[in-house]
Amino acid sequence: MQLIYTVLTGLVFGIGIALSGMMNPAKVLNFFDVMGSWDPSLAFVMAGALTVTFLGYRLVWKRDTPLFSDRFQIPTSTLIDAKLIGGSALFGIGWGIAGFCPGAAIPALGTGRWEVALFLCAVVGGFFLRRLLSNLPLKATS
Amino acid sequence: METAFTPLMSFGGGALVGLAVVLLMLGLGRILGATGILSGAVFVTSRQEATWRVALIAGMLIAPGAIFVVTGTMPEISVPSSPIMIVVGGLIVGLGASLGSGCTSGHGICGLSRLSLRSIVAVPTFMATAAITVYLIRHAFGG
Repeated sequence: MQLIYTVLTGLVFGIGIALSGMMNPAKVLNFFDVMGSWDPSLAFVMAGALTVTFLGYRLVWKRDTPLFSDRFQIPTSTLIDAKLIGGSALFGIGWGIAGFCPGAAIPALGTGRWEVALFLCAVVGGFFLRRLLSNLPLKATS
Repeated sequence: METAFTPLMSFGGGALVGLAVVLLMLGLGRILGATGILSGAVFVTSRQEATWRVALIAGMLIAPGAIFVVTGTMPEISVPSSPIMIVVGGLIVGLGASLGSGCTSGHGICGLSRLSLRSIVAVPTFMATAAITVYLIRHAFGG
């Protein structure tokens, strides 16, 4: 039951991403191209997602526990450090170069496009790179 | 290349994305961050931790097919970036999103909805660097 629920949740996410236009790098890159062929659509994706999530999260948290688990697992850190800012800055640079972000690329892989597969392989490569870096002695925190 | 401005479709699609984010919190009590979900499915710590992530990814993967069955067309994907840019961009996305503990879904939707201080810092940071990167690629060098 829990497994079916989770698959359906993924399906809703993927359909939302596809309808919103987030799956299309041309559209995503045009959102950032304010000085050129600007397409403000993605602001509406964020507005739709944030409206539902902001209200929905607060309704869900009125419950003591989730349906299939004994607790809500929510990040509690408030640490603003170089890793957060530098990592986020890098993420934006990569997003601007490729036009895909992970949440758009995973459902997009379902179209069978090779560009999406190439991007996701590179993302996983980036995860490995981050693990290599954090094993170096010069690491700050991890 | 111009793309059509689609405010209603984008808002509706975004609302569905938000619904999925809320459903995952309701069902499993988890944040729906694509970076954490992908990395948790690749670097398996326990069967339980991997299973829900793989199930969620499986659901996402069937979405384009479901849309094709209903509408008769696949979602549009046009990729302006060259294969080299896709690989370089992907590596930087993977490195950056794991260092920064999140991407558009984790920080942008879940984190901002929780009013998380880290996400309030992360989102403008990556939005700004993405915009600067697109500006440099399209208008400063080439384009």
